[in-house]
Amino acid sequence: MDLNLTAEELAFRDELRAWLSVNVPKDWNDWREKPLEESFPYLRAWQRKLHEGGWAAVSWPREYGGRSATLMQQALFWEEMARADAPSMVNALGLGLIGPTIIACGTEAQKKRYIPKILSAEEIWCQGFSEPNAGSDLAGLQTEARLDGGHYIVNGQKVWTSYGSFGDWCELVVRTDSSVAKHKGLTVLLVDMKSPGVEVRPLRQMTGESEFSELFFRDVRVPAENTLGKVNDGWNVAMSTLMYERGSYGARLHLIFKRFITRLIELSHTVHRNGRPAAEDPLIRQKLAQCSAEIEIMRFNQMRAFSRITATGVPGPEGSIQKIFWSELNQRLQQIAQELLGSYGQLMAGDPRSIDNGIWSYAYLRTRGNTIEAGTSEVQRNIIGHFVLGLPRSY
Amino acid sequence: MQFGLTESQEFLKNSARKFFAGECPSTEMRRLTETDTAYDAALWSKLADQGYTGIIFPEEYAGVGLGKVELMLLMEEAGRALLPGPFFSTVVLAGSVLDAVGTPEHKKKYLEPICKGEVRSTVAILESGATWNPRDVQLNAVNGKLTGEKLFVSDAAIAEFVIVVARNGIFLVHSKARGLKISPMSGMDLTRKLYVVEFNNTPAEELGSSANLARAFDIATAALAAELVGGMQRTLDVTIEYAKTRKQFGKPIGMFQAVQHQCADMYLETESSRSAVYYAGWALEENAPDATTAVSIAKMYCGDAARSVGNRGIQIHGGMGFTWENDLHLYYRRAKASETAFGDATFHRERIASIVIDSSRVSAKGV
Repeated sequence: MDLNLTAEELAFRDELRAWLSVNVPKDWNDWREKPLEESFPYLRAWQRKLHEGGWAAVSWPREYGGRSATLMQQALFWEEMARADAPSMVNALGLGLIGPTIIACGTEAQKKRYIPKILSAEEIWCQGFSEPNAGSDLAGLQTEARLDGGHYIVNGQKVWTSYGSFGDWCELVVRTDSSVAKHKGLTVLLVDMKSPGVEVRPLRQMTGESEFSELFFRDVRVPAENTLGKVNDGWNVAMSTLMYERGSYGARLHLIFKRFITRLIELSHTVHRNGRPAAEDPLIRQKLAQCSAEIEIMRFNQMRAFSRITATGVPGPEGSIQKIFWSELNQRLQQIAQELLGSYGQLMAGDPRSIDNGIWSYAYLRTRGNTIEAGTSEVQRNIIGHFVLGLPRSY
Repeated sequence: MQFGLTESQEFLKNSARKFFAGECPSTEMRRLTETDTAYDAALWSKLADQGYTGIIFPEEYAGVGLGKVELMLLMEEAGRALLPGPFFSTVVLAGSVLDAVGTPEHKKKYLEPICKGEVRSTVAILESGATWNPRDVQLNAVNGKLTGEKLFVSDAAIAEFVIVVARNGIFLVHSKARGLKISPMSGMDLTRKLYVVEFNNTPAEELGSSANLARAFDIATAALAAELVGGMQRTLDVTIEYAKTRKQFGKPIGMFQAVQHQCADMYLETESSRSAVYYAGWALEENAPDATTAVSIAKMYCGDAARSVGNRGIQIHGGMGFTWENDLHLYYRRAKASETAFGDATFHRERIASIVIDSSRVSAKGV
């Protein structure tokens, strides 16, 4: 056990830190609150800049424009991005999930065609996985693709598609064979979102904003060569994508949560409870301390998990404890914020009396999604029960 | 950065597990719980032969000189076996206090026999107020004599000498000393016996000031948390085994999500506790600036988690979990005793609060 960074890790971090200090746009604060429709070109330019600096996809192999970074370096990358308060990358799904899947499962032609434009943010990618009747039970999806000469004809509906309204391309999971067991008849298609018959409708969520879309496919023609991986092997292709979802990206969370708790602690000195600063209220002190401690434990868990993956080579189902831990912790954190802020906690952005421009009321609502998105807490507990603890499958 | 065990750490952990499984299986552990002291001389000399009694102490005092992470691993395995007797009291607690506050002469005289497995000892801390805040200690030594009483002193009846925390320093009292009276308290944990230690004009040797006591207590606190991790792991293991084999409605009960999800939470709590304890061990070893916070985080989390894991384990075992015959209650009893020892979660949350909240006020004023 040695929790100090190695010389190589330090060098990586310092190079990145120096690059970020020069290149993170100074006017980011003017843009961060704007709706994505407005800030999209700005964020696209930011990703291009990262790409030119060689930082857009550090985890990717060098030959595809990455840095072949170790998992620990990837974790450092996300930590440094959070520490520098850098804008996010608009092609997050392309860089984080779909690009790596294309590199792992795609043909040489596909890699040449798609990879460079993922890096440069010229083509934005979205993911067509969940359906109205296939959420946790993804393999039950019904969007079908029928082969007609050199094309698939796609019909169906997808939901909860991030970046749906900005997507140029979509990693779409479809059913190509309904005569076999549900996991075995799936195929992944790379679909041009400008194809006739594709309709995108923004989905308004409980926070009032639209991070996600519904996608409708009506007789959409997709060239057969746009199959990613083998026909009817889509389950494995999709699963390898979801594996990346539980990777190093989480390394930034402890810094984001720490920023929240630090701000709450700061506020606790000025907010009054029972005739004294909340910082002196024993119960508030207990709750803030508990939350600070859990943020640290989340970090320790992540560090252990990264070390284990580095040693064994594959992300294991243990990743499920990270997902449960951070999502439930974020909900507790926001509940404490509400308790601390009292009546002010409910004020939304734009209200002149709101605290921190309504971030706390927004976050309180938004964190309800944390235990649902990217695998519900219930699914994560099933994964631990069956794949980690070896209990019989419950479903 | 590498937050995993090295080969030699893995080796130590595995050999400790084998050792405890062989020398202190459940039957032996249960036999010892039914004795007055839970101490067995033959087992003690085997612990010494393994070098466990000197694990973290300098070689010049017959110690092994390993680090705090190694201590955490050993305690984790001792906790898994629910090792009864004075290992924690003697080695972890008294040993660390001697190492932190004693002079080289004291260490030669008292720490060396501990390392060699020749003596048992303990540290007397609590008084009638039963608070873990060292400022609340009232006992005072006057002209090298102690008069008063200490409560909840673990393993005192078999200690060759008792180390006493007094207001005006750290003292050592021999078991044969005049005016010393040791009588049992009837505690919930059957593996670690508690005593009242009374002093009546009892001669005491001063070891040093309490200035360095905090460091020794931090080591002991982290080690106690590590021991809890082992207990949690054992509770989890037997519960999973039970959930796989116990059938109701024609199915293993572990197939039902109401049971399975509790098992998943036990796993999450156990692994998170382990992460916190390993980090605390590393931070102590490296004298990291956040070592004290890390110890409080570990004790806070493990204290709560051990109770929760125990609750779930007993619940999943159903009626079996409620029987005397099943070992679960022995782990559960230890978990409760260790949860309060050296401060429960509420105590350590306040310690964390005083670091993260109060220091932020100072810096806010400074600006």
